[in-house]
Amino acid sequence: MDKEVLRAHHDLGGVSKFMCEKVDIEPHGLTAFDREVDALRQMLAAKKLMSVDELRRGIEAIPEEAYLRLGYYQRWIRSITDHLLRSGVISEAELRAVLEAA
Amino acid sequence: MFAAGETVRVKDAWPEAAGPVHIRTPHYVRGVTGEVVRRLGAFANPEDLAFGRPAERIALYHVRFQKGAIWPEAKPDDELLIEIFEHWLERP
Repeated sequence: MDKEVLRAHHDLGGVSKFMCEKVDIEPHGLTAFDREVDALRQMLAAKKLMSVDELRRGIEAIPEEAYLRLGYYQRWIRSITDHLLRSGVISEAELRAVLEAA
Repeated sequence: MFAAGETVRVKDAWPEAAGPVHIRTPHYVRGVTGEVVRRLGAFANPEDLAFGRPAERIALYHVRFQKGAIWPEAKPDDELLIEIFEHWLERP
């Protein structure tokens, strides 16, 4: 049984409900989307606009419902987008314009 | 500063309950007693780096726990070895 603790929803290690779930150990190829997100993160790090620690913090800040629904790189792009908006690198209007044009 | 072989307890602290934080100490070792195996060096505190703040370098340790102390259903002699920053450790 798990202790009754105030763990954050992303702090999943050692939670007993996962003992009953089969672990997916099949290799998964990266999609074009995955590669693009990774490339973007590397560019942001090279330009000192976002660190890995900030990426992780942003992933952990995704509300639980979305966190559990989003895939691995979808969480990354959500964290990256939140960070760039918050730090003023991009504006909401710019983001909307790009998304509408896509 | 802790020496190899020293008994330590992970602080039973829950800063995530008070607001946005980024911490590298998993929930399941909080308040649990273990043993320092080795000092791994000192690293910029990710709790500050995660918010773009200036980060002090803090010692990081390999700490060994008996799994039975964390999960009662574990085999008693199974061990867990994880990295924990010094500011999360105290002398019991």
